[in-house]
Amino acid sequence: MIGTDARGVEPARLLAVDADGRMRHLPRAALASLFKPGDLVVANDAATLPASLTGTHRPTGEPIELRLAAWVSIHDPTRFDAIAFGAGDYRTRTEDRPPAPPLAVGDRIDLGPLTVVVEAKQRHPRLFRVRFAGPTTTVLAGLARHGKPIQYAHRPEPLALWDSWTRIAADPIALEPPSAGFALDWRTLSRWRQRGVGFATLTHAAGISSTGDAGLDAQLPFDEPFRIPERTAAAANAAKARGGRVIAIGTTVVRALEAAANLMGGVAAGDGIARGRIGRETPLRVVDAIVTGVHQPEDSHFQMLRAFASDDVLSQISRALRESRYHEHEAGDSVLIDRASEMLLAAV
Amino acid sequence: MQDQIDLTGLRVAVTGGTSGLGLALVRLLTARGARVAFVARTAELVEQVARETGAFGIVGDVGRKDDIYPIALQVTGNLEGLDVLINNASSLGPVPLAPLADTECEQLELALAVNLVGPFRLTKALFGALASSAREGRGALVINISSDAALNAYPGWGAYGASKAALRHLSAIWDQEAVDDGITFLSLDPGDMDTPLHAAAVPEADPAALKRPEVAAAEIIQALAAALPSRREAVAS
Repeated sequence: MIGTDARGVEPARLLAVDADGRMRHLPRAALASLFKPGDLVVANDAATLPASLTGTHRPTGEPIELRLAAWVSIHDPTRFDAIAFGAGDYRTRTEDRPPAPPLAVGDRIDLGPLTVVVEAKQRHPRLFRVRFAGPTTTVLAGLARHGKPIQYAHRPEPLALWDSWTRIAADPIALEPPSAGFALDWRTLSRWRQRGVGFATLTHAAGISSTGDAGLDAQLPFDEPFRIPERTAAAANAAKARGGRVIAIGTTVVRALEAAANLMGGVAAGDGIARGRIGRETPLRVVDAIVTGVHQPEDSHFQMLRAFASDDVLSQISRALRESRYHEHEAGDSVLIDRASEMLLAAV
Repeated sequence: MQDQIDLTGLRVAVTGGTSGLGLALVRLLTARGARVAFVARTAELVEQVARETGAFGIVGDVGRKDDIYPIALQVTGNLEGLDVLINNASSLGPVPLAPLADTECEQLELALAVNLVGPFRLTKALFGALASSAREGRGALVINISSDAALNAYPGWGAYGASKAALRHLSAIWDQEAVDDGITFLSLDPGDMDTPLHAAAVPEADPAALKRPEVAAAEIIQALAAALPSRREAVAS
């Protein structure tokens, strides 16, 4: 009755790339000793809602899966923009999933103990605004009991809620895990503290990362709400003022910090919305380095890395990751990239 | 004096919140202005206490692994974070109490699951939320409800006593480990109270000779406020 908590078997790895594009292969545990006193590591402490819900489209009796893709209003779990899929589950690649039954405004969909009403069609035929019937507490209970973490065919074993929470997970507003944070554990945070490396968090509602539809994927990431605590903004500004570096754990942290930055690189505390993509043309005002997962060049996550390194360096990174068989995706290995100086980027 | 403690805005989770000490805590915490989420196994009782106190009711069993994350999600989802976790839910093991040699393994496992492994799992699932609260300067606290059976070898209380002794030691170690994360762990013995758990253990006890759970709850809230930097002034007053 007292079960075992299974965790990974083989130690994770880290490819560390410096501002000149030099690469080092390290055990990921080396993260604890990599940064300098005065540097600040910033992570996203959002916990993840189980945002995949299966059930039945009441008008047709057909099976349906809804994936909650974006909040309408943060902390109101009764309304979301959701993507509809037909029969089947995550074991089928999203690209190969049959379409959902045709949905009309006002349709009811039963999802286990929950019922949603389709409120509106959105800007893509598979994207809908839905509203859960019942008060917030009942909806949260239904999501907690019936929802599953959004997952993809590359990971065959069914994920439990605990697989989708990082160790620092706090407020449950992410719809997919802020997965770079899986690289962190409390021992690492303790080492940083001992070495004078700062640690701070923000909370960013990481949304859906892939839909299986090229047209819809082109709209990702959707607008994502975030909150930067006073102390985190103060820590980032103090680190910059003393010449320390700000290291972002994951793309969501980059999005939030850069969205909250003024032209001088000062970070404002408070609630905000991160819009649009970060890419080659985006000047980074705050973030000096990023720790991220291992992504394919076509991923939007990878596109963001173009703000950190030249295309030459990025293709060298891709080659190194492939040749050394780094594990991809959210439970895989990690990459640390120091942002190339503006000078270097401009020369490319 | 404890009547003065104002807990407005404090976010507290209580397990075992529909009877005995847990119920007294939910009532007193909500009366002092705290935002409270409580956990218990029986849906009807959860609904009743939620209606009475205005606290968020969560149906779940801390002794079941599969219930832990759904509980944690509802705690942080409803309260938008967490400042204080009170692991109060307890199991006696065998009822009526039995010598260890007559205790079934499953009864010992039940006591360990509810009194030790459950609090470990729930605390671990909520550790990120507690650390987040500490980083923001709100303070963070875990209170594990203990017993004098954690210290003294009472015949017949083997399963319960062993589980509570282990929980007490877990609290002490975790308190050391989490000090730099800003999270305090307290192990508190509320004393022998007039509760359903005590009645199941010692049916012949005279309720009038036992402590009222409301009194124990007030003492725990006193200790809670004293342990949180942001609430210490309230205790001093």
